[in-house]
Amino acid sequence: MSVIVFTLIILVGSYFAGLLGSLTGLGGGFVIIPLLTLGLHVDIHYAIGASLVSVIATSSGSAAAYVKEGITNMRLGMFLEIATTAGAMTGAILAVYVPTNFIAILLGLILISSAIMSLRKKAELIVQEKNEWAVKLKLNSSYPTANGVVEYSVRKVGGGFVMMIFAGILSGLLGIGSGALKVLAMDSVMRIPFKVSTTTSNFMIGVTAAASAVVYLQRGYIDPGISMPVVIGVLVGALSGSKILVHAQSSGWLRWVFAIVVTILASQMIYNGILGRI
Amino acid sequence: MAQKTIFKDTDMQAVIGWVLRIGVIVSVSVVFVGGVIFLYRHGHEVADHRQFKGIPEFIRTAGGIFQGIGHIRGQAIIQFGIALLIATPILRIIFSAIGFVMEKDYLYVGISLLVLTIIFVSMLSGHAG
Repeated sequence: MSVIVFTLIILVGSYFAGLLGSLTGLGGGFVIIPLLTLGLHVDIHYAIGASLVSVIATSSGSAAAYVKEGITNMRLGMFLEIATTAGAMTGAILAVYVPTNFIAILLGLILISSAIMSLRKKAELIVQEKNEWAVKLKLNSSYPTANGVVEYSVRKVGGGFVMMIFAGILSGLLGIGSGALKVLAMDSVMRIPFKVSTTTSNFMIGVTAAASAVVYLQRGYIDPGISMPVVIGVLVGALSGSKILVHAQSSGWLRWVFAIVVTILASQMIYNGILGRI
Repeated sequence: MAQKTIFKDTDMQAVIGWVLRIGVIVSVSVVFVGGVIFLYRHGHEVADHRQFKGIPEFIRTAGGIFQGIGHIRGQAIIQFGIALLIATPILRIIFSAIGFVMEKDYLYVGISLLVLTIIFVSMLSGHAG
């Protein structure tokens, strides 16, 4: 395969990955790794590097819009970034010692569980309970809604922090944003309203990914020939996705389609991982 | 009560939103330009990434990348764009740290600096490994 054909295939694949990722809220680089490793037989280290770079692009791009709307809880994001960056650094160091087939299996499992989580119903929960740490760290905040400004409190700061370390390790090890896990930690543990947790998670993803990308860059995981079409494709795809979202009413069926596609790809990753072919 | 403007969270949100947007636009544009040059020069070679071989020697160091940009080598320009992209969220932390200083929120100045330190240590660990 010539370089130009290889680049065009990745560009088109990444565009659809970015489009679906943004429409379903699962993130851009989500299906990039299976696409590169299973479809084009790219070494998984290059795939992880390229995915991580695309994650930085999409999360920074959309965070720019969310931050201006005032929904993102910047203090909470900054505080939890201590956990996610420390985790990401650990994950990137671990990546050298963990066998690639284990990485493939783990990635498959994470993809499946994230896809399932994206299907669950989202309820807006507002907690007013006062957590001592949340007060000390000034984490309780408010956000604008259609019915005016809503005040909310944050609970179980310690539990959320520990889950963020774990999310960071997975991000550094697998080259994904692990946004689903970050949202889960903020939603079900810290009881933050869904809109705030998704935008704050997105805000943290770029910094988390940067913490492991600085390691990957030096190790040669980030190959320019592969990362170039991935970053451009995913970013443009995500941009078109956000344009469509403004007009579309519901993306219910789309979530199902995406969940099924991700599950098939993930099973392939696990299968090849078990056979030691990745 | 003079018209003294105080730096608020909303101002910081505007600045950070701006930093992120410019960072992504500039870095991805650089990647695009590098990509066009790379494809023009190497488009008809055979693509093979089945085995992990690291990246080409001339773009492994910052010095090499700058030299490559001087010689208008596509891969060096792409790699420079990617480095700018990785720097974007790091730049965001620096801007938030400055914002928290202006708000006199020293707890969060400390937290921002701690996150920066972790990323810096991570960078050094990559160098050693």
